[in-house]
Amino acid sequence: MKKRHITACLFLAPAIIVMLIFMYIPIVQNFYYSLFNWSIYKPGKTFVGLKYFIELFQDKVFWTCLRNNTLYALISLVGQLGVGLVVAAILEAKFMRKHSGFFRTVFFIPSVMSFMVVGLLWQLFFNPNVGPFNGILKAMGMNTANLNILGNPGTAIFGVIFASQWMYFGYMAMLLIIGIQKVPDELYEAAEIDGANALQRFLHITIPNIKEMILVDCIIIVVGSFKLFDEVFIMTNGGPGYASEVISTYLYRTAFRADMMGSASAMAVVLFVITFALSIFQMKISRSGEE
Amino acid sequence: MRKKNKKTIAIKGITYILLILLTLFIIIPLVWMMISGFKSNGDLFTNSFGLPKEWLFSNYILAWKVGIGRYLLNSVFVTFVSVALTVIISALAAFALTNNRLYFKGRNAVFIFILAGLMLAPQVSVVPLYKMLNRMHLYNTYWAMILPYTAFRIAFTVMLMRAYFLGLPASLDEAAYIDGCTSFGVFSKIIMPLCKPILASSALMSAMYCWNEFMMAMIFTSNDKIRTIPTGLMNLTGTLRTEWGTLIAGLAISALPIIIVFIIFQKQFVRGIAAGSVKG
Repeated sequence: MKKRHITACLFLAPAIIVMLIFMYIPIVQNFYYSLFNWSIYKPGKTFVGLKYFIELFQDKVFWTCLRNNTLYALISLVGQLGVGLVVAAILEAKFMRKHSGFFRTVFFIPSVMSFMVVGLLWQLFFNPNVGPFNGILKAMGMNTANLNILGNPGTAIFGVIFASQWMYFGYMAMLLIIGIQKVPDELYEAAEIDGANALQRFLHITIPNIKEMILVDCIIIVVGSFKLFDEVFIMTNGGPGYASEVISTYLYRTAFRADMMGSASAMAVVLFVITFALSIFQMKISRSGEE
Repeated sequence: MRKKNKKTIAIKGITYILLILLTLFIIIPLVWMMISGFKSNGDLFTNSFGLPKEWLFSNYILAWKVGIGRYLLNSVFVTFVSVALTVIISALAAFALTNNRLYFKGRNAVFIFILAGLMLAPQVSVVPLYKMLNRMHLYNTYWAMILPYTAFRIAFTVMLMRAYFLGLPASLDEAAYIDGCTSFGVFSKIIMPLCKPILASSALMSAMYCWNEFMMAMIFTSNDKIRTIPTGLMNLTGTLRTEWGTLIAGLAISALPIIIVFIIFQKQFVRGIAAGSVKG
């Protein structure tokens, strides 16, 4: 080994060691653990093969989780990416130049806050006794006598999703603004000379030029929707019953409340497969965007 | 022509109204939080949306004393150490991945090894990690947060820094090597001073992550003395139960630092997002 090789190793060693111990080894262990019946409090484990995976797909609650994760993803695509795209297009319009900075900052603020704060805030905001949400709806002429968004199994997950849209649409708008700013000005000028109006310029120049970025953002949203934990855990804790449970919160409940570690590891494997596949897809697209 | 003018004015008007509605949508809950923090319970129940009948500053003081003060300090400590570790470790790695002198076969493989970290969610490894931290006697210590945070931030930070380092002219460090500088000398005396902007951006992005992280903090610690703000607030919801005013005051205190930091360092934040274009 040459001396410069040793130097390179020394520079890289801390990163490799920390990532190996606290990321990669646990993930490999997780695959192994999912094949055993084991407890955190008792020593020893018994091999059960793929039993937990089979059980998982027969478990009604797990399907509820998948449904809620998917629902969150679909609504977020509209509420974050859709709204974000419209907001980005408006803020980048010529006549907005003077004020766009202000709006950008305001819309972005919720996304820097901790979800602990956002979640508790919205939990209280939705609370029929202390929060103003029902009052606002009432003022708009709706019957709110029995309305308790987070307390009703049918609406709880939508309350959580609503709070997430509030938090993240400005973040998406910011990402898209960055993309739009990279589109060369000449394209817009040429289109303007040809008589294209603002909407046409948006549809025929902005969108095609940032389509890779839109695709990447789609995947970021979908991956995020499957990793979802804080939002649900804080606002509803998966309840009422299991109505708003998602994969990560169910995993937590199975592992650290029910002490069924093998079963929880199996869930983690499923989660890994979903998020990993989507992320590889994302990287492929970002690459093709660079070239 | 005049007709067209009227139409554009109407469109402008509508877009402004739309933006103002969205602004209200964002701001109303935040303002409600700041104001409700001053209210008594009775006031909140009867008059959820108005100004307080009596401004109770004592709510904020109580929230601070009941634990927010301590959690804030813990958060500052955990965030500071995690960010420092992340930035140093990532800068060293990014340097070895870009410097011509340090080229070795398999460098790309190492880069992919690090970059693959971007694709892994903490949720997936939380069970084995819990077991491992227990066995290492790190469970319920500051390190149970700091080390996993660092590990999960390295991939993103290396990606940001590597891209920046590649944009620096190679001739700079060549000259230093000829003058007899060691690799570490080049790294610390030539490269680092040139990289302040990207160091600041990556530090901010990591700080935001560590400051807000909840799941690992909750699972890997249980001692109230070392709780950070997110887990601390969770705990307060139990302690304060129905002391809504005080709880909301606690939320307001916790939200303020990060909002202020963001407004001051907005440029660095945006640069970080632009360079990464990845959530988090």
